[in-house]
Amino acid sequence: MSSTGKSPWIVHYDGSSCNGCDIEVLAATTPLYDVERFGVVNTGNPKHADILLITGSVNEQNVPVVKQIYEQMMEPKVVIACGACACSGGIFRDCYNTLGGADVVVPVDVYAPGCAIRPETIIDAVVKGIEILEQKRKALKNKTLVEPDVSRMQSARDKVVDGQTVAEIASNSTLE
Amino acid sequence: MEAGVASWVSWVCVIAYLVLGPFVGMLISGIDRKVTARMQGRVGPPILQPWYDVKKLFSKDKSAVNNVIDLYVATALGMAVVAGALFFAGGNLLIVIFLMSLSSVFVVVSAYSARSPYSDAGAQRENLTVMAYEPIMLLLPVAMYLITGSFNVDSTIVQDLPLIVGAPLFFLAYLFVMPAKLRKSPFDLSTSHHAHQELVKGLTTDMSGHTLAIMEIMDWYEVVLIYGIVGMFLVTSAWWSWILAIVVMVVCFLLEALVDNTFARVKWKVTLATSWVVTLVFCALNMAFLYFL
Repeated sequence: MSSTGKSPWIVHYDGSSCNGCDIEVLAATTPLYDVERFGVVNTGNPKHADILLITGSVNEQNVPVVKQIYEQMMEPKVVIACGACACSGGIFRDCYNTLGGADVVVPVDVYAPGCAIRPETIIDAVVKGIEILEQKRKALKNKTLVEPDVSRMQSARDKVVDGQTVAEIASNSTLE
Repeated sequence: MEAGVASWVSWVCVIAYLVLGPFVGMLISGIDRKVTARMQGRVGPPILQPWYDVKKLFSKDKSAVNNVIDLYVATALGMAVVAGALFFAGGNLLIVIFLMSLSSVFVVVSAYSARSPYSDAGAQRENLTVMAYEPIMLLLPVAMYLITGSFNVDSTIVQDLPLIVGAPLFFLAYLFVMPAKLRKSPFDLSTSHHAHQELVKGLTTDMSGHTLAIMEIMDWYEVVLIYGIVGMFLVTSAWWSWILAIVVMVVCFLLEALVDNTFARVKWKVTLATSWVVTLVFCALNMAFLYFL
């Protein structure tokens, strides 16, 4: 494993989670699980981070934030959807304001299930993410890294919310 | 050189600092993280973790918030390296201190150049931190001159008594501001090595990839210089004083780790007030002692 895999820095974003998964994400970084053993640092800064942990579903309010955090991260980067809501929208999937899981806005690399997700699952997901990170680093070095897209989620992105499709909302919304 | 140390020794020291300095600094920060983890009842990262971090940062995609931030950070690194090289060559301590300040100034300027609220706040706090530790740093050469009659670092090596005998309170005051220089608790308000603080990452918020890696390497060089100044208080013409110096450095390092883990971050007013009071009281007393006794 190269240095990229030995020093995965994470940034955590709470979409519209019930806080169950957030507490578990923080639990995974406590001394009990001690993820710093693997070089993991919870940076809280997308510009330093390699791995984005998203908890909770994506709604109209947080679409620009999720996009911005993803864009501020430098390649190679990996997105991990933590918990049922981040994977698919969970029980909020058909709510009037819910667009779906994180993957309707940013390309998700690892889906970690659970409601709430267990800290062990998060650690497993990060280890899986490290493998992908490693592949992406090699691709970046060989200049073969392709910009991942969210087109495989087309059926979810066709969902109509407030008279617009999810895809339209995701591409039109900006922070300013 | 008037202090009588052969010039080739200086050159060997300079080259050793330039080549081995970052490795020693990297090991020091790796051991620091390990000791911190052990103090918190954790296993902690490998000793070489800072090396992995920097290597990873260099492999990240190249990107910077503007065209000049890399130049500023690289200049800061250059100043820090020259300061350290001059120190280990036994050169003028005044110039070493000025170069260290200049290095901090360039770090502050690089953070300001990012023009983001977090970097700005971090830069302002770094300014205040520099203001907090600078008086004692500037008074150090004065104390040295009063004792050895020279501003040159190598004038301590030919003395019979170590600097700490003449300047014990200066040593304590220096120990007090060391967390500020190392950006450790309780004076790590500008940016912190610990994860996730209130200003995101303060000073280094907008530095990514290789820019941040250069900052880390600068930290390695600086750590060696900062502990080198601790050693400067102890070395004399006797050979065993070097062993004593290393022992004291290790004790200071462990003390630093303990303080870092037991103190919360303080506000800028407390940082400024406590370090100035300590500087004023300790250094004035010591100075009076040196003048009148």
